[in-house]
Amino acid sequence: MIDKRKTVDEIASTLRDGMTIGIGGWGSRRKPMAFVRAIVRSGVKDLTLVTYGGPDVGILVRTGQVKKVVYGFVSLDSIPLEPHFRAARQNGTIEVMELDEGMFQLGLRAAAWRLPFLPTRAGLGTSIMDTNPELKTVTSPYADGETLVAMPALRLDAAFVHVNRADAAGNGQVTGPDPYFDDLFCMAADKAYLSAEEIVPTEKLLEGAPLQSLLIDRMMITAVAHAKNGAHFTECPPDYGRDEAFQKEYAATAKDEAAWEAFRARYLDVSEDEYQKAVSK
Amino acid sequence: MSDVRLSDVCIAAVADLFRNDGEIMVSPMAPVPAVAARLAKKTFAPELVLTDGFNKIIANVAPYGVPDPDQVVEGWMPFRKVFDTLWWGKRHVIMGATQVDQYGNQNISCIGDFQKPKVQLLGSRGAPGNTISHTTSYWVPKHTKHVFVPKVDVVSGLGYDNAAKLPEVTRARHEIRAVVSNLGVFDFQTDDHRMRIRSIHPGVKLDDVIANTGFELIVPADLPETRTPTADEVALIRALDPKGIADKELGA
Repeated sequence: MIDKRKTVDEIASTLRDGMTIGIGGWGSRRKPMAFVRAIVRSGVKDLTLVTYGGPDVGILVRTGQVKKVVYGFVSLDSIPLEPHFRAARQNGTIEVMELDEGMFQLGLRAAAWRLPFLPTRAGLGTSIMDTNPELKTVTSPYADGETLVAMPALRLDAAFVHVNRADAAGNGQVTGPDPYFDDLFCMAADKAYLSAEEIVPTEKLLEGAPLQSLLIDRMMITAVAHAKNGAHFTECPPDYGRDEAFQKEYAATAKDEAAWEAFRARYLDVSEDEYQKAVSK
Repeated sequence: MSDVRLSDVCIAAVADLFRNDGEIMVSPMAPVPAVAARLAKKTFAPELVLTDGFNKIIANVAPYGVPDPDQVVEGWMPFRKVFDTLWWGKRHVIMGATQVDQYGNQNISCIGDFQKPKVQLLGSRGAPGNTISHTTSYWVPKHTKHVFVPKVDVVSGLGYDNAAKLPEVTRARHEIRAVVSNLGVFDFQTDDHRMRIRSIHPGVKLDDVIANTGFELIVPADLPETRTPTADEVALIRALDPKGIADKELGA
């Protein structure tokens, strides 16, 4: 019986300054927020974040732990512009690699497949090629001779994803409607960490859910943490929707230093258990 | 026709962009295009593929912005399939534009210098891949000189001047079909693909369009008025948008 269970804090404590980390989910949807909070508590810094960005970016940028963000967008969905990310960009405090969101997927896929790059037309003719001078093109060796973007592999030191259910061995299940690219994040990473709403015995995984919901298999996963409500305040359907009131409160802290300090003291400089108690009323 | 609103004209104008698109996915990113896609599917283009805005393909034409007890799901469209579909080319997206220029370049990334922007926006999202892979149109609810600029600060969506620098094989599927705003319909069907006025909405003056555009528009000698939707279409729009969300988008 394989048992890879650890706490989110045990897992976050293995991170080192300067690492490149991938964060699953999409915008303000099924983000591994319990891991993000554990990363805040760990104090690790100079991170490069690779993410379909949401509040994961905003929080870690605001706490000063991020050197660079690799993204196609950063959004809170119901609040289109992520205010902490916005402030960091406008103050020039972070480096960025802005990509087309499809190129981003190809970067993860190239890393997962251990290829140096994957070709695409996306990005040609746009500012993506100018703002990322490291992007190169490649010419088709076939008769068409077409020149394409060689989207480089987005190799990750660690990846974090949150799913609805998992077992102790690290098999992960998405019972919600969109897997996003969580499997690619895991395969693009040297170490991949899974959190789940519920850890169940392996033989229970297919109770009430189809085979196709088993997105993450244990080969991908280094350790698994139980994190009930672990995507809060982002959505995690069918278990829960987004906590819009909390997200508004979070977004409002970008305008007001004192509000941010109060938010941080109440919701971030506390354990995950204390956080869950604070948001449950 | 006093009960026809400006939003109805805009909705019908966007809907008309989907004529002859065939069996493809239409992805509207704002209320007016979302109602427009429904209007098109309900009337002249039943073959269009529409999602719930998230990950389900909906077979019936559901009203916008309200729960639909009669929803019929005909397919699954998670983001990984969205990318497959768009690179395949079977899609027409109607994006927003914080800036759009005379050659149809679009910016949703940031205003000012990219390294230290004055205003950070969403990021380029899927615009670079969309515009080089399939038909793209833009919807602008408030037509001003700040949106219609001579040259965008950042090229997120590929316009015709930048596309022209690419070989034919690469830009084969590039098409900026139109820009629809609260003042008119604009396209790029000119010799050098500079933006021209295709039509002006009823009640809008040419001078207003010119005054609110930051570059010189091509103005055809015989300038048509955007068509007024029929009474049947207006009735359908009311049914498809029971909360009047599209009308609110225009600040009415």
